[in-house]
Amino acid sequence: MRKKALLLGVSLVAALTLSACGGGPANDGDNTAGDSNSRFEVAKDVSLSGSPTFDAMVKRDKVIIGVKEDQPNLGYRDAATGERTGFDVEIATWIAASLGFGADQIEFKAIPSVSRESAIVNGDIDYYVGTYSITDARKEQVDFAGPYFITGQGLLVAADNDTIKSEKDLKGMRVCSATGSTPIQNIKDNFPDTKTVEFDTYSQCVEALTDGQVDAVTTDAAILIGYAAQDPDNLTVVGEPFTVEKYGVGLAKGDAVLRAHINDLFTNGNDTWTQIYDDTLGQSGTKVQQPEVDAS
Amino acid sequence: MDTLLNNFDLFTEGFKNTLILFSFSAIIALVLGGVVGAFRVSPVTSMRAVGTFYVNTIRNTPLTLIMFFCAFGYPKLQLPEISYMNLAIIALSVYTATYVAETLRSGINTVPLGQAEAARAIGLPFGQTMTLIILPQAFRAVIPPMMSVFIALLKNTTVAAGFSVMEAGAVKNYLSERGEPAIVGLLWVALVFILLVGVLAFLQRKLENMWKVAR
Repeated sequence: MRKKALLLGVSLVAALTLSACGGGPANDGDNTAGDSNSRFEVAKDVSLSGSPTFDAMVKRDKVIIGVKEDQPNLGYRDAATGERTGFDVEIATWIAASLGFGADQIEFKAIPSVSRESAIVNGDIDYYVGTYSITDARKEQVDFAGPYFITGQGLLVAADNDTIKSEKDLKGMRVCSATGSTPIQNIKDNFPDTKTVEFDTYSQCVEALTDGQVDAVTTDAAILIGYAAQDPDNLTVVGEPFTVEKYGVGLAKGDAVLRAHINDLFTNGNDTWTQIYDDTLGQSGTKVQQPEVDAS
Repeated sequence: MDTLLNNFDLFTEGFKNTLILFSFSAIIALVLGGVVGAFRVSPVTSMRAVGTFYVNTIRNTPLTLIMFFCAFGYPKLQLPEISYMNLAIIALSVYTATYVAETLRSGINTVPLGQAEAARAIGLPFGQTMTLIILPQAFRAVIPPMMSVFIALLKNTTVAAGFSVMEAGAVKNYLSERGEPAIVGLLWVALVFILLVGVLAFLQRKLENMWKVAR
């Protein structure tokens, strides 16, 4: 599976690199070969008047996107090849293409959850695509385009675990999630009989799960599906999501023009979203509908 | 101010655990460091070798790595389960003990050799020479650097946040998920740390005055 994902990534980047030439002034007329097999056609002559973020991108001729890099099939960076793959990475590339930036004009920056707001507020990144839940509290600091994906808190357990079938079976169990994350705060508040373990990253939790140090890992089901798809013999996602998380694209507050542009892209993207999903998270065998954007 | 008041539960819980980590680690490190320091100046060669080996290996290992061994390595050994809080206390104590030992040794070196010779001349064995003659003088000399070691320990406790201990270093993670501005939260954490270090500095001044000798 990983090989397939890698192949997909390589071919995608190759296609994008080829088609990206079309955007550059030096290569006009030399882009026919690339466009035919590129998934994301790089838009030309894009103008978003009144968007400071877009002006900054054009000025530096590059778009800087904040992503995660430790979530398989969502936002993942292969340590050996440096290749970035996953649903969020594809969505981010799609947005960049719609703004007229090819794959060679994208700089990905891995931003951990804790620093997302400050990275956006300080302008370190142009936008953020990385399992970023839309919440009212966050809306006070940043704006969100989307949602582009809806998921909820789920449970990842060892494949041979027969006791945990849903969140109702968590009594007395050891549950792991990232330090201070919303899912672990939810467990502490609503499942008081459950022992919680908190590590810096989900990967450490998954390792603790395979070692038997914890009984379950909890966070958004989308992230867990990504881990389960990586190691289906030993890990499995159980039950139905028991919260609702809507992933959005994090933007600088007040950039309504860019927000409207991304929302339009999601709304009028036809089957692009489904293609991206099928090639990444969909490999776990799940089918999901694209959510409607919330333009309000 | 709102960030602090709206999340007061986080701050109290976090700093409570920070203080637990600090107090237990400080006591264990002081005792363990005293023993290791004594090993390092012992007349027995093998004891000196053990002390030197301990200090050189542990002091040269980053604290994060020691924490990592405790939090991820120990449970793999299938030994009786120890809570993550206790594992963190063990890691902090073992690590800080090397600094305590070296600080003490520098204090021991300030005590003139004649003191030890005189003690031996009146028939005191090594143990009594240390506890009655050398260490009391050594402790007095090392209060300022020893306090620096403990201040460093207090701040080092934040490393435990990454290893499943909900302490002050983890507060920022909770705040960010609750949608609070990260910088403001960090400033409040920093402020409380400054206050706590202030308490330690005050303690240092008290001890210095108490054990002051006319020179």
